[in-house]
Amino acid sequence: MTLTLTDGTVRYGTTVAVDAANLRIDAGEIVAVLGPSGSGKTSLLRAIAGLEPLASGALAWDGEDLTALAPHHRNFGLMFQDHALFTHQDVLANVAFGLRTRGVDRRDRERRAAAMLDMVGLTGFDRRAVDQLSGGERQRVALARALAPTPRLLMLDEPLASVDRERRDQLAQELHRILRASGTPTLLVTHDLDEAFTFADRIVILDRGRIVQTGSARDVWRRPGTRAIARFLGVTTELECPSGAGFVTTPWGPLTTDLAGTVVVGFRPTDLRVDPDGPVTGVVRTTWFRRDHFVVEADTSVGPITARSALPEPVGASVTIAADLDAAVLVEPGAPEA
Amino acid sequence: MRVRPLVFVVLTTIALGACGSSSGGRADGGTAKTVTLVTHDSFAVSRPVLAAFTKQTGWKVRVLKNGDAGVALNQVILTKDAPLGDAMFGVDNTFLTRALRERVFTRYEAKGVAAVPRALRLDPTGHATPIDVGNVCVNADRKYFADRDLAIPKTLDDLAKPQYRDLLVVENPATSSPGLAFVAATVARFGKAWPNYWDRLRDNGVKAVDGWEAAYNGEFSGAAGSTGSRPLVVSYATSPPAEVYFADPPPTTAPTLALDQTCFRQVEFAGVLRGAAHPAGARALIDFMLTRRFQADMPLQMFVDPVLPGTPLPEVFTKFATVPTDPFTLSPARIGRDRASWIDEWTARVLR
Amino acid sequence: MARAARTLLVAGPLTFLAVFFLWPVGAILARGLVTDGSIRLHSLTDVWRDPGLRHVVGFTVAQAALSTVATLMVALPATAVLSRFRFRGRAAVVALLTMPFVLPTVVVGTAFRSLGITGSLTAIVVAHVFFNVAVVVRVVGATWRGLDPREEDAARSLGAGPVRTFVTVTLPALRPAIVAAGSIVFLFCFTSFGVILILGGPRFATIETEIYRQTAQLLDLHTAAALSIVQLVAVVGALYAAGTMTGRVRSITRTAAGRRVPTSIRARMLLAVGLLPAVILVVVPLGDLTIRSLAHGGTGYTHLATTPFGAPYSPLDAIVTSIEIAIVATVIAVGLGIALATALTRPGRRARGARLTELLVLLPLGVSAVTVGFGFLIVFDTPPLDLRTSWWIIPIAHTLVALPFVVRTTVPVLRAIDPRQREAAAMLGAGPAQVWRAVDLPVVTHAAKVAAGFAAAISLGEFGATLFIVRPETTTVPVAIYRFLSRPGATNVDQALALATILMLLTGVVALAGERRTRLETRLETRP
Repeated sequence: MTLTLTDGTVRYGTTVAVDAANLRIDAGEIVAVLGPSGSGKTSLLRAIAGLEPLASGALAWDGEDLTALAPHHRNFGLMFQDHALFTHQDVLANVAFGLRTRGVDRRDRERRAAAMLDMVGLTGFDRRAVDQLSGGERQRVALARALAPTPRLLMLDEPLASVDRERRDQLAQELHRILRASGTPTLLVTHDLDEAFTFADRIVILDRGRIVQTGSARDVWRRPGTRAIARFLGVTTELECPSGAGFVTTPWGPLTTDLAGTVVVGFRPTDLRVDPDGPVTGVVRTTWFRRDHFVVEADTSVGPITARSALPEPVGASVTIAADLDAAVLVEPGAPEA
Repeated sequence: MRVRPLVFVVLTTIALGACGSSSGGRADGGTAKTVTLVTHDSFAVSRPVLAAFTKQTGWKVRVLKNGDAGVALNQVILTKDAPLGDAMFGVDNTFLTRALRERVFTRYEAKGVAAVPRALRLDPTGHATPIDVGNVCVNADRKYFADRDLAIPKTLDDLAKPQYRDLLVVENPATSSPGLAFVAATVARFGKAWPNYWDRLRDNGVKAVDGWEAAYNGEFSGAAGSTGSRPLVVSYATSPPAEVYFADPPPTTAPTLALDQTCFRQVEFAGVLRGAAHPAGARALIDFMLTRRFQADMPLQMFVDPVLPGTPLPEVFTKFATVPTDPFTLSPARIGRDRASWIDEWTARVLR
Repeated sequence: MARAARTLLVAGPLTFLAVFFLWPVGAILARGLVTDGSIRLHSLTDVWRDPGLRHVVGFTVAQAALSTVATLMVALPATAVLSRFRFRGRAAVVALLTMPFVLPTVVVGTAFRSLGITGSLTAIVVAHVFFNVAVVVRVVGATWRGLDPREEDAARSLGAGPVRTFVTVTLPALRPAIVAAGSIVFLFCFTSFGVILILGGPRFATIETEIYRQTAQLLDLHTAAALSIVQLVAVVGALYAAGTMTGRVRSITRTAAGRRVPTSIRARMLLAVGLLPAVILVVVPLGDLTIRSLAHGGTGYTHLATTPFGAPYSPLDAIVTSIEIAIVATVIAVGLGIALATALTRPGRRARGARLTELLVLLPLGVSAVTVGFGFLIVFDTPPLDLRTSWWIIPIAHTLVALPFVVRTTVPVLRAIDPRQREAAAMLGAGPAQVWRAVDLPVVTHAAKVAAGFAAAISLGEFGATLFIVRPETTTVPVAIYRFLSRPGATNVDQALALATILMLLTGVVALAGERRTRLETRLETRP
């Protein structure tokens, strides 16, 4: 129950979209491929689906070579970014389609399709035309359709991209629940941090066609491989701090680490705050409002810092900054500046 | 839903099969004794007459009509290495030299050809047999002239007179067989000076259109149901009887009149095609065309005159047709040699 | 495997075109150009040196361009409202606009003459518009209906007025279809024969009428071949230019298509303004024809039942023959056309020959009927291909004329299929055949129906090629009409007009059937 991609390369003409990627997905695992747009995520996913040929490398499922196998023989499910529902079929026929191609008889496939619709919360939508559905409903039909034939691997391409923001969190949780319930190993491709870190057991970071980091969600979140990855993962404040003897010394106190030499300590804006008790002082450069708080950029004695603030500090004001040290991100010394 | 494409395929197959089998039945034809006649689009013969031929000779007749007279002959010329049929009908004196030069016929002296007046036997080499005569004449709308107390013109010279200004419509000799015949009439009448006559006609407001249909149905005021306004048109000597014959109910007088001093004689020929698969059938068919039965059938079928003197004519012909006493003629050789230059000259004078 | 399938799909149509078009045309051109084993091309330069012929070439291009622009100007507004609005009688209007397309020129000539439109460039252009409105309505309409109106809404919301919206959003999306329709209309006008002769008169000559004159009257195959080559070069050039103007064909999401019911006064006025020019232009001559066919107490119709002149057929037989031939020609043309269109639009990199193939399919429209007809005669003269006297030669000739329409109307529709739909089907376990059935077939069925209506109409009305190869047992309605009009007398004219009216109605019925909405369209249109 393991998918293995070895040195997979996808080329379009002379452009290399995916460059010798190695990837492994184990039973029951949810893996997210995360990267900015244009990083080759979709190409990687399409190559695994069999929709793009591998220029070199190999794909295997439990040792069975899939490299040359046609997509319709792979028994993988793929949920397209825009869902690609069959507009000339109703909801039930869409969901039952994969069962029909596998020769399941009409009654069984309709029963199973109806059950899938129940699971995604669309009970009674059977005869609706797909173009009468909202974005979220379409997304759930697409998911039910992909899951109905019980694929051995499920692939999701930006699953929540076309869903309203207010419905996103709810749908994300539902999706997560459904994925866990189905137990199907899942490969998720997204540029959205929330989406990736909500679902995934493991994160694969893709940058310009190359896999630059792989690890558990927690590891990747806390220990980005490079400063560039750190920035991609939301780090806005980077401080170079000395370390040694199991500790790195930050302006807010020591942190345990096994690193040595100069270490980059990173913070996301939410993990630094303007606080009268903060030990670091600085002068506000800009300030803006975000959702329920303000964000302040300040030039401080230890370098430029981005922090949150309860109040709209005026430009030029003097502020002190406190930190949530547990949330700090550590980047290895000498990690290349991408 | 699922069956629909299947139904479509089945219906298609049936349709194809049906047509295939019906065509097979129709097209094979050549199994028994069948003689194939290649001709032009105006050829027509009545069913009992054809049946009589089959009864007499045992030959069935298959008729291939290939466009107008020029196209039909050119098709025969193009296919002379593998002829389309056995006999050809419908080469007229304006095309005779081309047919003879291209050697599409074999020599054949038809039974009964001796009875045809010598003036109509235009092929001294004995390949082409004259079958019918037609005269291209200016036709006049009687009512138009009667209403205005205007004398109906009689001669070609009359047509250029000021009282007949803007009244004549002619066909382009480049695209129309009567158009060419009428130009030939003017050549026969005026000799070298024929272009000057056309200058006079042009100055007198002659109108030229591309074909007989446009001239007769479109411009001529005398045609039944016509919207035209010109009372003089180049047509056939037999157009007046046709106007009577094809009217319902038939009138007692013809609405139009063919002017017998403006006519050019066309003779149509038939011949046995070189390389014919059934030359015997072809010869029998040409013989048959010179029998009284066929000759008497032609007038109401093709609106032409028989070549055999004494052939009984239908009443509409005896009553309404003009029989030109001395139509203009030119030798086929002369027409064959000069037609291209006539057309160029005519185009330059009349159209530009 | 995909490549093999594509090759197989292309092989049938290409073989057909090679055997029934390239071979005969090549043979007749060779006969004209090759003398004693060497090619004589000097008459090509003669054509160019002769100011008369150069004028003919210039006039041919000019009148065709003018007619094409005029046709688009009249037909596009009508297409717009027919694509955008749903109203009672819509299908009838489409059927009405299709009728002229099949009428033989001789008949239309009588109508235009009785309306006093004749003997001028204006008459030529007006007649061309009359004949070709249907081409634009059908070819462009098929694409227009599939456009997403939300894009227009988006443009409107960004402050674009209706005109700017049309120019910046709608027009670019329609461009491939407009160019496709325009190039067909251009070809038709470029090679127009009857309209030039009958409505233009002897003062006007095009390359086509010159080829006819050289071939049919003078049998000067040498000059005819030179002119044919000039015509072919011009046609290929025009098509190539059209190809570069086509731009990128976008995927069309059919989901958002659909027509609106014109409820506001403004919408109704728009409807009227859009339809009126085209409808008037079509209705007046057709109406004139119908009314005149009823002259003499409708005896034209009653006479039809009797055998009019000794030929072994009656006009009623001609109607049956026309229908039989139309069915066969339609089946062949739609079968070959859909196969070709499918191959040309298969996902994956476009085969190098695709562009060339599309061009090749259009070429029969750019070659004179007399050239093809004479070509048939000289190549199909030995069994088993001695088709010169076969029944099949007529549907085959009709197929040559209909095929370009089938391909041109089908390709944009098939190309508009979202490739992800096919991928989605494949991911759900559907093999290539199942993918085709699930995703392509519903669209193909729809396109095939539209194309079939078109092909049947073309076959019913084809005259130019038919006349050269017609057999007594294959006398079609247009040929019968032509024969009636070739002799003097009231009953002949009456019967010609009666037959023309029947042909018109027959086409109307075929067009109406083609307009019947498929289940897919019905669903799309019942959306709120």
